[in-house]
Amino acid sequence: MNQTIINAINLKVQYGNNIIWEDASFKVEKGEFTAILGPNGAGKSTLFRALIGLIPLVNGELTILGKNPKEARSMIGYVPQRKDISAQGSLLARELIKLGFNGNKWGFSLRDKEVNSRVDEVLELVDATDLSRKSIGQLSGGELQRIFLAQALIGDPQILLLDEPLANLDLKREAELVGLITNLAHKKSISVLLIAHDLNPLSSYVDRVVYIANKHFVSGDMDQVLNAKTLSRLYNSQIEVLKDSRGRRIIVGIGGDDHHV
Amino acid sequence: MFSFNLVQDLYNMWQFGFMRNAFFAGTVIAIVAGIVGYFVVIRKLSFAAHALSHAGFAGAAGAVLFGLNPLFGLLAFTGIGGLTMGVLGKKANNRDVQTGTVLAFMLGLGVLFISLYKGYANETYSLLFGEILGISKSATFITLIAAIVVVAIILIIFRKLLFASLDEDVAEAKGLRVALIGIVFMLLLAITTSIAIQVVGVLLIFALLVTPAAIAQRVTKTPLSALVVAVVISVSATWIGLFVAFYQPYPVSFMIISIVFIEYLLSYLYTKSKLA
Repeated sequence: MNQTIINAINLKVQYGNNIIWEDASFKVEKGEFTAILGPNGAGKSTLFRALIGLIPLVNGELTILGKNPKEARSMIGYVPQRKDISAQGSLLARELIKLGFNGNKWGFSLRDKEVNSRVDEVLELVDATDLSRKSIGQLSGGELQRIFLAQALIGDPQILLLDEPLANLDLKREAELVGLITNLAHKKSISVLLIAHDLNPLSSYVDRVVYIANKHFVSGDMDQVLNAKTLSRLYNSQIEVLKDSRGRRIIVGIGGDDHHV
Repeated sequence: MFSFNLVQDLYNMWQFGFMRNAFFAGTVIAIVAGIVGYFVVIRKLSFAAHALSHAGFAGAAGAVLFGLNPLFGLLAFTGIGGLTMGVLGKKANNRDVQTGTVLAFMLGLGVLFISLYKGYANETYSLLFGEILGISKSATFITLIAAIVVVAIILIIFRKLLFASLDEDVAEAKGLRVALIGIVFMLLLAITTSIAIQVVGVLLIFALLVTPAAIAQRVTKTPLSALVVAVVISVSATWIGLFVAFYQPYPVSFMIISIVFIEYLLSYLYTKSKLA
């Protein structure tokens, strides 16, 4: 039986007088894998911040696991784009993961057996036991993403919000990480929302696509969203979706810039 | 003079009340500076610490002019400065030019107060470069209270502060009030800067508040070990500085900055060689 995890109806977000997007509606069911697509600056990361309740909604109704976003926070594992984490170069990977478990508690702990065993558990889940004692500065992009994923998993979330985890990964690492994420989501019935620039590495796993552009959303399965008619209406200009021999899609704006999805 | 008998030298030095005072206050300050300094480094607030200490100069000089304890002037001005920077938040840290301009104005204000005071140039010197040997009983007492308050608050908010400092976006997503934590920390930094100025002065504030923690952050792998190393470096540098200053005409702040400077160079070479 399907269970609606996220239900968004007619959401609107704006900063000052600047509308980011409006009339945004979509649903996410339990265990579903949702790709969030759209051009730079369309407000994909803003959607994540709204889902965690960090940005007030001007309009609309957002229910997450039957609660409002702030109440549902503890059920969400969030992996933002971290641009300056490498500045903490010598810090051990496991110290960052620990914070996901006890970073919001008061006080001080010298040695906490519970948190250490939880860290070992999630490191095993993301297949990164060997990275436990490495410094953050020594990790590659793919290894860092696995550490971030472990940190998000330590709170036992029902939803994962992953902001461009595939950015800067080569094709092999990309496929490995996607495989890992989908495996985990399946095993633990976690609903995953993943922001990406390129749908193709995800296409065999994606249940649903939310496409954000031109201040509006369209959502549905891949064929419902990624077709010329829907995207042309969303962009309000003529768009074609080409498929290559392996079923990979390329979105082309006629007379505009090419955009890969 | 040194007798080259360490026990005898220490014993001689210990006979003097002002030296005992200086050691006590210096140790307390070094401990707090090491702890707070770690968060200054991971929050990338070293420029803010520098700016706060300049604001403190104006406050201290103003207090001297009105015949008050300079420490009160320090606390008032750094407190207001810290609160302002904390409320402006990240935006303030990115405004180097604005902060720098305010900082220069504060230094200018301090110069005005000092010249109006017509007192000893000595006073200016000790504000700019520190004069822990002359610390009074009352200043020692205020320092102790301030230090206890700062360390107690840090222990209470330790994990939240660490989370908000190392991984701000995720901390915020977990419901931490990162803006409030930022403001609280700026106030703690203001207090710490005020008391540390007594040892190393306005211009050498990095010697206690930034460099020991920066070394610690380079050579350690966990926050706890970084805190311990930062405190050990700042305390040992202060002790050596005081000991040498008792027997030789070298200022304590010069000794402290020299020791931590050399240690910083060594830690830099150490991490470079490890990466190579």
